[in-house]
Amino acid sequence: MIKERHLNMALIVVCVVIPVWAHLADEPFIITLMTRAAIFALAAVGLNIALGLGGLVSLGHAAFFGLGGYAMGISAFHAQTFTPVAEWPFLIEGTKSMPAIWLISVAVSAFAATIVGILSLRTSGVYFIMITLAFGQMFFYFSISWPTYGGEDGLSVYVRNGFPGLNTLDPIQFFMICFAILVAALALASRLARSPFGLALNAARQAPQRVETVGLDPNRLKLVAFVISGAMTGLAGALFADLNRFVSPAMFSWQLSGEIMVFVIIGGVGRLFGPVAGALVFVTLEHLLGGFSEFWHVHLGVLLLLVVLFGRGGLIGMICGREGSHD
Amino acid sequence: MSFALIAEQILNGVQFGIMLFLMAAGLTLIFGVMGLINLAHGSLFMVGAFAAAAVAGATGSFLLALLAALTAAAIAGALVELVVIRRLYGKDHLDQVLATFALILIFSEGTRWLFGSFPLYLSIPSYLSGPISLPGGIEYSLYRTALIAAGLVIALGLGLMITRTRIGVQVRAGENDREMIAALGIDISKLYTLIFALGAALAGLAGALVGAIQSVQVGMGEPVLILAFVVIVIGGIGSIKGALIGSILVGLTDTLGSVFLPQALRLVMDASSATAVGSSIASMAIYILMGVVLIWRPTGLFGARF
Amino acid sequence: MTEAVLATHAISKNFGALKASDNISIDLRPNEIHAIIGPNGAGKSTLIAQICGTLKPCAGNVELLGRDVTKESARDRVRAGLGRTFQISALAMEDTVLQNAMLGALGASGRPWRFFGPALRDNELRDAAECALLRVGLEDFMRVRTAELSHGQRRQLEVAVSLTLNPRVFVMDEPMAGLGSEGSKRLTGFLDALRHEAPILLVEHDMDAVFALADRISVLVYGRIIATGSGNDIRANPEVQEAYLGDEA
Repeated sequence: MIKERHLNMALIVVCVVIPVWAHLADEPFIITLMTRAAIFALAAVGLNIALGLGGLVSLGHAAFFGLGGYAMGISAFHAQTFTPVAEWPFLIEGTKSMPAIWLISVAVSAFAATIVGILSLRTSGVYFIMITLAFGQMFFYFSISWPTYGGEDGLSVYVRNGFPGLNTLDPIQFFMICFAILVAALALASRLARSPFGLALNAARQAPQRVETVGLDPNRLKLVAFVISGAMTGLAGALFADLNRFVSPAMFSWQLSGEIMVFVIIGGVGRLFGPVAGALVFVTLEHLLGGFSEFWHVHLGVLLLLVVLFGRGGLIGMICGREGSHD
Repeated sequence: MSFALIAEQILNGVQFGIMLFLMAAGLTLIFGVMGLINLAHGSLFMVGAFAAAAVAGATGSFLLALLAALTAAAIAGALVELVVIRRLYGKDHLDQVLATFALILIFSEGTRWLFGSFPLYLSIPSYLSGPISLPGGIEYSLYRTALIAAGLVIALGLGLMITRTRIGVQVRAGENDREMIAALGIDISKLYTLIFALGAALAGLAGALVGAIQSVQVGMGEPVLILAFVVIVIGGIGSIKGALIGSILVGLTDTLGSVFLPQALRLVMDASSATAVGSSIASMAIYILMGVVLIWRPTGLFGARF
Repeated sequence: MTEAVLATHAISKNFGALKASDNISIDLRPNEIHAIIGPNGAGKSTLIAQICGTLKPCAGNVELLGRDVTKESARDRVRAGLGRTFQISALAMEDTVLQNAMLGALGASGRPWRFFGPALRDNELRDAAECALLRVGLEDFMRVRTAELSHGQRRQLEVAVSLTLNPRVFVMDEPMAGLGSEGSKRLTGFLDALRHEAPILLVEHDMDAVFALADRISVLVYGRIIATGSGNDIRANPEVQEAYLGDEA
């Protein structure tokens, strides 16, 4: 059996070596694929905080991904058309600066996650799944029916947003930005899992009654986890929009919610690097099978069925055995 | 705004609600009896629609098409239950969600492979096309009236089945206590396959009936599935009555909201922004309704309190 | 008369036609162990749930440390000093024994909103948890995953978690269940000393332990308290013999 820590290191090395090689070999498309994988991984690391630590089966995380994307799209749209986002109650200008956009995306998706979380956490189990799925769909329809920012057609941003001191149009530099954020998110998730909050959240997932009898509120712990999770997925959405220089209602679709969950599951629920492994496998399959067959989702479906029915613990579980991420 | 227009929109809402009920009833039965959340229920809706469109195209008979939809969806449902679903009972909801999500991918791509990406059309038979005069001088589509009537008959039949028949007794016993039903010596796996096939047949029928007023295409099932979830959250899990009332509430809210909200807003703003704002808010109306129900009664209008 | 630390005043709870609690008034005084016994289905769990705040009584009220807590949540009652153990172990099974005990200490500290430093390096939490584990005799199992503990060890851990809360009143729901004679003898000795730290309301089926420990015993039958008194009083009570001990012995 391979130690999980070693496998994690190997995954990080893969994430660095492939893009650097692609850069040297002048294969920008490979870099773009790896950037896509890193962004999906970030979204899934976010979901894994709710799902793996908090036990919250959210099928609506595309809502936060999409909100992050639209936060970027709307900010950049106003900046490129030189119109203010709002004039009342005070003047809000658009922006083309990545750090500012990230901040907005995180704030917007955290706010939405708070509202969705408060409502959804009034229930649990199968209700929670249906409600998060439904709220996700609400954002999807809203984005379609709101004509100001493109409605069904979405919104294009002509030039990628800027980051001080870097040329974001250079694929390898943009990849490095996304990769750095992914690593920061992994570090945050890892610290969170070991923190006092993580200890309580872990227990709230397994034995909410117990958490209650030590005087803590399991639902409030789960809500905070849901908000952190939504914010992280929102940040991934902003990066995804910048990768494509385009946002559309598809970012809110329920399929995407399902796919973010698939990244987590194929990699392994509750494993720190599960989402990274899952996103890498997904993007690789999408690239290889997508070139080989138009109907590659069938293969993905079969693979997913096999993992769920026979492979508990996902890929990382199969390679490293059952021992979890605890020390 | 005329009375006739309002009446027509209300009927549209009821008709939409009745179709949602056919989906929601199956979902809520399957959840109530087997404790399973089935995302692939929308795929069975799609299977019914495609089977109907294919058979109608080949034979020209609408009745045969409906029969084909029922049969194809029931067989697909029973197969899926036997091969995949029965391994999921008693597993946690996450596994059920993922496995049935995988089934959606397989069903959708399989259908695209069989029928191609272009939508098919299923036309209303001549004996059901045209308007009908309803009491009060309302002219309304005969086909939609037939849909409402058919849906109500099915709702009544389901209600009778649950309260009066042996299967109904088993279903209710299973809802209360899954072990008790096994203790009664009922062949539980046969019952589960039967319930699943019944739910699938209802979904397939809904797909075929709706297919005649919309286009038949891959991915048509999931939006309806998610609306059916909203219905179940509002009505309460496991309750057929809740599913019926929730469906009609959702159908009316969605239809009336998208027609009357933009018109109402025209009173306070100019026409084009009233349309934009009104339709944006209307697109969220049923989810707002769901939020209100969640605040007021988290387990739904007719759900068991915990 | 000494002031009661915990009391119910004529609480009643109906489930439809069933009277699960019928006008129950009991109290718990400082330094005592008050045992509640009764046949299965007598309403012991319902009574405990009302005392701990997971069920609301239909009538009557619950008093904790001289304060009416009938309307307060289970959590508020914990914060006010009520420590509880469950009949069926409610523990985080994937976590280690130490992590479970630290959860109690974290609850007692009231500061769960710390997102960065590792919990295991928080000496304050760790000391409290280790101290409680030492007291129940689980110090050699701290790094063991809770799911791997024996049934009896899980009972000990239940008690340890409630110890980390430094409660002023204990409510224990069948702590001896499934312990075996050796284990229950040890726990009996432990609870005997614990009563001077905080009094214990003890629901228990193990009659040897009950008669060895309890200062007072109340007998609950069909939702009603039919007798309260010392072990000798209860043994001698004809009504109790008929209703309860009769079919047990």
